[in-house]
Amino acid sequence: MKIRHHERGDKIELSMTPMIDIVFLLNIFFLFTFKIVLPEGDFNVQMPSAAAARAAAPSELPPLRLVMKSAPTGELADLQLAGRSFGNGRDAFAQLQKYIRTQFVAEGAADEQEIEIDADYDLDYDYVVRAITAVTGYIENGQPHKLIERIKFTPPKQQAP
Amino acid sequence: MRITRAKHATSAEMDMTPMIDVCFQLIAFFMFVLNFSEVDTDQRINLPASELARPPDVPYAQPLTVQMTADDTILFAGDELTPAALQSALMREAQIIKAYPNKKLSDVTVVLRADRSAKTGKVQEVIQMCQQAGFDMFALRGKTSDVSTLIEP
Repeated sequence: MKIRHHERGDKIELSMTPMIDIVFLLNIFFLFTFKIVLPEGDFNVQMPSAAAARAAAPSELPPLRLVMKSAPTGELADLQLAGRSFGNGRDAFAQLQKYIRTQFVAEGAADEQEIEIDADYDLDYDYVVRAITAVTGYIENGQPHKLIERIKFTPPKQQAP
Repeated sequence: MRITRAKHATSAEMDMTPMIDVCFQLIAFFMFVLNFSEVDTDQRINLPASELARPPDVPYAQPLTVQMTADDTILFAGDELTPAALQSALMREAQIIKAYPNKKLSDVTVVLRADRSAKTGKVQEVIQMCQQAGFDMFALRGKTSDVSTLIEP
């Protein structure tokens, strides 16, 4: 029996046009939905409600009180830790961190120590995050070091009339 | 005089292969960087920067995102809420989580994305509402910064 081979001289040509159309559409779609997302990170704070906190075993050390006074515009007016003022200068938070490093880390008391942040109602939230940054740790030569990690807030104050 | 017309039977064909290669590369790239969690990261919020804000090593078991813009609008579960409406929304959320046998309120981490110029008192009120609803783990979210934020520029 003779087997016929289909030997055709002309090649079957693939039509590229629809594929390229779709590919371009996809490209344009992704291009428009493209958005650069900056990396974000978290500060973990455990804050049970007041009633549950009272039931929990009290810490041996009384919490340090970090008072943050606010100007009416939301700027930081004064920063105080346990009665010691750090002012409201550009380096107030750096001084606060330096104080914590010399006072508590040297004594090895930073692990059990707790800090209670008492901020005014109108204060910009940015300052609170910077205060938390100053007390929780620092990065030196690319290595993170921990300071006081136990943070809580005082109950919110009433809004100034 | 006779004019000879150049009659090319074969049409000039462009080589498509490199272009298609590049296009596929682009599509693959955009597909990888596409993020689907747009509800949880509103672009109106300008987060406070901190060099210690590092992404968590393990993802939270039960994250619950509450966002707050500079003008005190609260964004929760895709809705824009007033602070008063947040309380009931959080209570409802807590009820739903309690209703599941395999979920616990203590596993929930409230991720708080507040704008850097939001009022601290407002943020604390949100935290208090979450506490009243039974949540007690909080993650205050900040923008990762390469330089120290302790000294003001």
